[in-house]
Amino acid sequence: MNALLLSAIMGVVMMFTGIWVKRYTVIKRVALAGMALLFVANCIELKGTKWFNFDVSGFMQFNNFSLVFIAIAIFVTILFTLVSGTEIRKVGNYPADYFALIFFIISGVILLASFQNLLILFLAIEIVTIPSFILTGAEKRNLKSNEAALKYLLLGSFSTGVMLLGIALIYGSQGSFDINQMQIGMLEGNKISNLQVAGILTLMFSMAFKSSIAPFHFWTPDIYDGAPTVFASYMATVIKVAVFIGFIRLFENAFGNLSSTWVVWIAVLIVATLLIGNITATFQQSVKRMLAYSSISHAGFMLFAVFAMNESAHEGLIIYAAGYSLATIGIFAIVAKMNDYSYEGFNGLARHQPLIALTATICLLSLAGIPLSVGFLGKFYMLKAAVLTGKYIGLVVFAVIMAAVSAYYYFRVIQAMYFKEGPDNFTGATTVEKYSMVAICALIIILGIMPGVLLVHLYF
Amino acid sequence: MPINYYIVLALCLFTIGVVGVLTRRNAIVVFMSVELMLNSVNLLLVAFSKMHHAAKAATMASAGADGQIFVFFVMAVAAAEVSVGLAIIVMLYRNIHTVDINFLNRLKH
Repeated sequence: MNALLLSAIMGVVMMFTGIWVKRYTVIKRVALAGMALLFVANCIELKGTKWFNFDVSGFMQFNNFSLVFIAIAIFVTILFTLVSGTEIRKVGNYPADYFALIFFIISGVILLASFQNLLILFLAIEIVTIPSFILTGAEKRNLKSNEAALKYLLLGSFSTGVMLLGIALIYGSQGSFDINQMQIGMLEGNKISNLQVAGILTLMFSMAFKSSIAPFHFWTPDIYDGAPTVFASYMATVIKVAVFIGFIRLFENAFGNLSSTWVVWIAVLIVATLLIGNITATFQQSVKRMLAYSSISHAGFMLFAVFAMNESAHEGLIIYAAGYSLATIGIFAIVAKMNDYSYEGFNGLARHQPLIALTATICLLSLAGIPLSVGFLGKFYMLKAAVLTGKYIGLVVFAVIMAAVSAYYYFRVIQAMYFKEGPDNFTGATTVEKYSMVAICALIIILGIMPGVLLVHLYF
Repeated sequence: MPINYYIVLALCLFTIGVVGVLTRRNAIVVFMSVELMLNSVNLLLVAFSKMHHAAKAATMASAGADGQIFVFFVMAVAAAEVSVGLAIIVMLYRNIHTVDINFLNRLKH
């Protein structure tokens, strides 16, 4: 609640900053100060102090799980701003507006992590996606950016329509939008009506669409490819993980009692997502597109949380959200600073930029799930949660095989950097950006060794 | 009138919208089809709201009001989406002088 109100206020403040201040460094500092304020406010709420006491019962519910996730999302946004500040300025003439949109996205993310009502779910998804349409089309003269924005707009509003249909059908059968009351209604009836089946399936498909789960993933690579690389990295991390938190919150609280009926669909979606994401990523020639497909395969792993829905799944989703976001922000920041996005462009990077190559390697190892990195622990917790349910053990075996496949395309980049010769395609990074990259790598390793640093906040 | 008629009508309108999105090539017409989908859902929500009100009005006077409030939110969000969407379409038109989405194939390779 603290961070929600402040983020909406900070968005407006950033828009006014854009009118009065022209220097980019000042704008960036105001944005960073605002994000730091949000982070502190959220941590204070996590410790039990609420600054604003509005009665939002029946609409939103802030528990430790949502507050920890919000803290991660804001922290990743701070690192994102630090590590790709130069690229945000290069996108267009209105950097203050981009920061304002990022603040509005954060408020949507907070709503997604804490909704208790289908109305808030709908509003949260829209608050997150409408600014990302604008960010996708931020490069006004670039045709690829325009095309990606239009595609995202049409497909995004289409899936919103499908989601609304699902909400309307659920409302028709339950008479309420409150997801906690919904559970009671289903317990009493004990018999599922046609409206409920249609509503659950439509909601599942539209949430799968929003979080780019195969077979609804086809828009993702095109849009990440066309969007400015900085904003693609933000969409692939914070926004995507936030939609997942919304997904699990909806299915656990509203339809959790019926899980035996829809869990088989989730299993099918997991298999399709892991297979299509990993196999297609293997054949990509551009690292940016490879990362887009790898984000699809990571979506498959995060979907295990919806599949399992136990304590380990919650812990795993938090760890996965942190690890995946950190590593993807890091590697995307390096890709954004390259002249050439193909694998050949990375040839010999280790010779010219040893520090950057090292940080890229750590991020890639974490994405591949090598032990001692937080990416490994994320995968471990997810699979552990799936094993604990005792259903579909073959699914876990399949996921492990697919994780091995994913190592191929991540190591291809590492191989290009260390064992091949080539010209220096790196456009240079400021000192702050280099320090932030090192900080990201340090966090990846620290969380990989001591996940308790993060998980302890879920319970105390 | 039974609720089934409203459900069938709303689903018909929704399907027309979906078919429009999938078959039309003009970006503005596709966008209109999306709006048709949203409005069919609005119709459905209002019909359900009336149904719940008729069923529970004796115990709770405000029963079913939440469905109608939802409709206002959908309208507001749809307006926001249209403003951003038309801006994107205008931006595209300035660059390529057409709104035909068949021209959108640069990202496929």
